[in-house]
Amino acid sequence: MTRSTPARRRARRNRRWGSPIVYLAALLLIGLMLGPVLYIILGGFRTNSQITVDPAGLPNPWEFGNYTGVLASDTFWRQVANSTIAAVATTVGVVVLGVMASYVLARYRFRGRGAMYALFAAGLMFPITVAITPLYILVKNLGLVNTLPGVILPQIAFGLPTTVIILVPFLQAIPKEIEEAAAIDRCSRLGFFWRMALPLSVPGLITTGILAFIGSWNSYLLPLFILNNQDTFTLPLGVQAFASEYSVDTAKVLAFTSLSMIPALVFFSVFQRRIVGGLTGALKG
Amino acid sequence: MSSNVGGDAAALTEDAPGSRVRDGGGVQAPPPSRPRRRGIGWAQRLEIAALSGPAILMFLSFVIFPVLMAAYYGFYRWKGFGVPTNFVNLDNYKTILQDGPFLEALWHNALIVVLSLVIQGPIAIVLALLLNQGIRGQSIIRVLIFVPFVIAEVIAGTGWSLMLQTNGAVNGVLRSIGLGWLTEDWLANPKLALWTLMMILTWKYIGFAVILFLAGMQNIPEELSEAAAVDGASYWQTQRRITLPLLGPTIRIWAFLSIIGALQLFDLVYIIWGQYVASTAGTSTMATYMVTEGRNAGNYGYGNAVAVVLFLISLLIALLYQRFVLRRDTEGALTEGR
Repeated sequence: MTRSTPARRRARRNRRWGSPIVYLAALLLIGLMLGPVLYIILGGFRTNSQITVDPAGLPNPWEFGNYTGVLASDTFWRQVANSTIAAVATTVGVVVLGVMASYVLARYRFRGRGAMYALFAAGLMFPITVAITPLYILVKNLGLVNTLPGVILPQIAFGLPTTVIILVPFLQAIPKEIEEAAAIDRCSRLGFFWRMALPLSVPGLITTGILAFIGSWNSYLLPLFILNNQDTFTLPLGVQAFASEYSVDTAKVLAFTSLSMIPALVFFSVFQRRIVGGLTGALKG
Repeated sequence: MSSNVGGDAAALTEDAPGSRVRDGGGVQAPPPSRPRRRGIGWAQRLEIAALSGPAILMFLSFVIFPVLMAAYYGFYRWKGFGVPTNFVNLDNYKTILQDGPFLEALWHNALIVVLSLVIQGPIAIVLALLLNQGIRGQSIIRVLIFVPFVIAEVIAGTGWSLMLQTNGAVNGVLRSIGLGWLTEDWLANPKLALWTLMMILTWKYIGFAVILFLAGMQNIPEELSEAAAVDGASYWQTQRRITLPLLGPTIRIWAFLSIIGALQLFDLVYIIWGQYVASTAGTSTMATYMVTEGRNAGNYGYGNAVAVVLFLISLLIALLYQRFVLRRDTEGALTEGR
């Protein structure tokens, strides 16, 4: 991911500006990609009459009542809290369980290792959709319907394949010599895991953690099945409930919607290099 | 947090069954007379079980087990309460395969799979080529086109469904730039709705394809295109003869992910069109059919049978794809973990 040598980096910096058509195309592209996002954010600063008169216009004058109204509501903050709890717990679970299993897959030689890796790799092919109906019944039988653990536990399980696929190459890349040196210094394999492998794989842990966090923050289908009680709603369910409850108050819906995407966007923009690198690294194996 | 607790518990309970699983399902532990293979002692076995036990347990109980249970429930007419008793053999499956709405949904899925590949693939390759020219601000552009991919489906869906209303922003923009004759009822017109969906899907997921392709391109050694340039190849010749062939593995993996995603498409359709409009507007998918006819109608046996059908179709396509398309790229990578 960031393996470019100094020479190559220098070459890239020296490059020409390129043709203006390329920039024009790039600008157009960015406009198309960001247009809907800007529409949501700016729409929240308008009034409903402004939106009705000119659906694609800019705020004139700027109206802050929608945002302050949402920020003052208990519902919004409760849903933020629910989403945060679910996302943090999912992230911790996925990363902790994932790195332990990945360490085994990366640094131990044993029969059935290939099968174990194939098991997780196969999980990558099947998103939660195919399992959602029986999963709901399982969660119901565990008595976890309408609770956050009912969302968190399946999310951890379904987050493991990506995590394992990303972390195994990371842990394999730690040179054998370091492990041998540690062994000479009387460091056990578990000690090596704790003192060397974990610190060395922090970038991978962050990548997988961010992916798990964003995945949980955005997840819709599982909460839709598991959470039926308004008090346990996470933000995606909240956005939908809000949109149908205030279907005539478009501006407020837009304000609610744009506030609920902030955390994922912030996380992404801070860690985008790691996310992109992790994703592409994972696909290259 | 809970790692120690989980680890210890697994070490205690998982030890015996864990070692049996590791020796390859059903095969008994190696006879004691045999010399120890590669010096795996019991301590190491314990470590393996303790470290990987929790993840495997979690994965088996919340991923594999539900899928198996779906196969079981699918043979029953069942409302989701208590133990299913009304065994109906293959009736659910017969109903599914003869049900008009399901076949329509299946057809929509097929269209979405093909159109996603045909629309997103070329656009993403062109965009990646464009961005790969080392222009200034490339990293900013890369981040910005990835934004829709990071936004929640609910948010994208809510935003688009508001923008695409007949009096919404899209028609507003068209009118203001003098293209008023192009205004349409984007969501409800059954001739158009699927294309609207494709447009939204392209917007949402193209960033992912571009990022993958860009990463693939930047892995191609620059010496190759330099050598081609020395030999007098034009820009397009270089891209066609060098970049695209070497990008093959990346494209094939992207196509695989795109196919699987398109087969299981649910969130955006359900959020924008809802369970009733989706079928009249012609955007229903197997997954929305499953939720509508299964959970929402309270027919859990039937819903599970639909899940099984969806699973089998996905599995079949995944296996065929692995066998015939991905084979040379992933030789051993998926099974061996290298």
